[in-house]
Amino acid sequence: MGDSNLKGRKVVLHDMCLRDGMHAKREQISVAQMVKVATALDEAGVPYIQVTHGAGMGGNSLQHGFAPHSNEEYISAVAAAVKQTRISVLLLPGLGTMRELKSAFDCGARSVHVATHCTEADTAPQHIAFARELGMDTTGFLMMAHLNDARGIAEQGKLMERYGAQTVYVTDSAGYMLPQDVTERISALRDVLEPETEIGFHGHHNMGMGIANSIAAVEAGASRIDASVAGLGAGAGNTPLEVFAAVCDRMGIETGVDLFKLMDMAEDVIVPMMDHMVRIDRDSLTLGFAGVYSTFLLHAKRAAERFGVPARDVLVELGRKKMIGGQEDMIIDTAMTMAKQRGLLEDAA
Amino acid sequence: MKKIRCALIGSGNIGTDLIYKIQRSPVLEPVWMVGIDPESEGLKRAREMGLKTTADGVDGLLPHVVEDDIQIAFDATSAYVHAENSRRLNELGVMMIDLTPAAIGPLCVPPVNLREHADKVEMNVNMISCAGQATIPIVNAVARVQSVDYAEIIASLSSKSVGPGTRANLDEFTYTTSNALEKVGGAKKGKALAIINPAEPPMIMRNTVYCLTEEAPDQPAIIESVSAMIGEVQKYVPGYRLVNGPVFDEVPQGHRVAVYMEVAGLGDYLPTYAGNLDIMTAAACRTAEMFAEEILAGKIQLKAVEAA
Repeated sequence: MGDSNLKGRKVVLHDMCLRDGMHAKREQISVAQMVKVATALDEAGVPYIQVTHGAGMGGNSLQHGFAPHSNEEYISAVAAAVKQTRISVLLLPGLGTMRELKSAFDCGARSVHVATHCTEADTAPQHIAFARELGMDTTGFLMMAHLNDARGIAEQGKLMERYGAQTVYVTDSAGYMLPQDVTERISALRDVLEPETEIGFHGHHNMGMGIANSIAAVEAGASRIDASVAGLGAGAGNTPLEVFAAVCDRMGIETGVDLFKLMDMAEDVIVPMMDHMVRIDRDSLTLGFAGVYSTFLLHAKRAAERFGVPARDVLVELGRKKMIGGQEDMIIDTAMTMAKQRGLLEDAA
Repeated sequence: MKKIRCALIGSGNIGTDLIYKIQRSPVLEPVWMVGIDPESEGLKRAREMGLKTTADGVDGLLPHVVEDDIQIAFDATSAYVHAENSRRLNELGVMMIDLTPAAIGPLCVPPVNLREHADKVEMNVNMISCAGQATIPIVNAVARVQSVDYAEIIASLSSKSVGPGTRANLDEFTYTTSNALEKVGGAKKGKALAIINPAEPPMIMRNTVYCLTEEAPDQPAIIESVSAMIGEVQKYVPGYRLVNGPVFDEVPQGHRVAVYMEVAGLGDYLPTYAGNLDIMTAAACRTAEMFAEEILAGKIQLKAVEAA
């Protein structure tokens, strides 16, 4: 590819290492590590970084795991360390609340992804309106977007715009989508949203499509892309940010980041932090193939070990039952029910 | 046999489902349905089912309270209007069962504390939330065995069973339920999570209850207590069922007890997947029945609450 039709297009990059990456670290990232990563991202010119528990506001729970520090502690520490980059948070109505958002704002967060499942935008009007009231850069984030068609996504995105979202994201939480799926959904959004409303794409790399899908999104009209350096994120990770930045550079897409600094950061800071190599393995590929929420990966592996049912079988069953983000409790439940059916576990009741 | 005559305020999913439950009751009779839209499906259905209806809100009901001998009202509107509805009906001596998150009266989970409220002749009791009704009995079943430092519940609801009121007010749902896990469940700290799942065919309501016990859990006592409590809830919600657990684990936070429940509804107004609707309306109906039984037996008497 030499000059492309995207030459001169501007894309705003949003790093997910310190939020989605929390999942890959079982929520165990220290304040010192957060500050180190955030400082490096800031120096490399990444305009937005997300900083919270992997499940966002209210995420500290038995369901989603407890981080060693509160969201407030992480955000305050990062806010004190960065110069340019803006800090964002994640808020899932039903888990996080407006009180928690206000508290994050008070600590220095200035942007928010208000996330709902891709068919349930109408659970977010209060939260989106409140974020706007606070003056935050406000995104409506439609998760598991492969479970709604292009027309449905357009309707849901329009709702979020009406509530006050300035950007609407197509979020491929399962890493299931192929470029054509992305093109259709982003194009449908572009058709219905006001010209000033931005569109974003958040990919997972479970099928190896993170970069290709993000480029497809930009071609169809997206101007914001979520990614994470070295792909640190749930499942096989997010779209690797430094790789995406390199591809953008070759295509003439302007991201404003320092590619070599990001490459160095991936090798010297992020990869050494990983507890396991975040990559496409048997189980993360199953997530993408079966359309399962990426965060389920480590939970399923633990349930598999405990009850003797292979993680892949559990993930496929969760996909069949159409379980969505937030239903991590159903992983153990499903593994137990399968173990009983296979005679591996006694039915106590 | 004489029955206690009831009014239903709010003609949405909850109000409509309540008609079926109350019509089956040996001690309650649904007489009025109060709505705000004359064309609403709920008011039409109520008329077809033989109720008197008004589309003028509580204003339309008040002139008929005395002549129709209304003694109990169910409010399934919203937290914003409940306080005013309750004040006006309490003034006329009508006892109020609150199915909104307003919670101006004491919180009620029938197998845990209904008897207490009936003895005190509370004129307004709050039914918390569907998730609260489905999970607090289990938390209490653990807490009555030994001290619970923390209870966390996850309610998974099918998208089709969640009405616009709940959707637009998820924070209230979260706060109300979390608070009730402490106040009624008996946990020192409570946290509630709600998930709305659009799968087709719709998933049956699921609830996971996690408790962290202060001391190592007395496993046989907890298993027995949970089982007994499920039996109590099944008396008014037959589809309340244990799927997995109790599972006992040592986790970094302490001693964890996990119980995985399913709630299938009776399929009165919405199909059986909407166990969340059923457990709320069935608990409200059970609460009204307890008060009605006491009134009919002459043990308690409702008294008008004077305006403050």
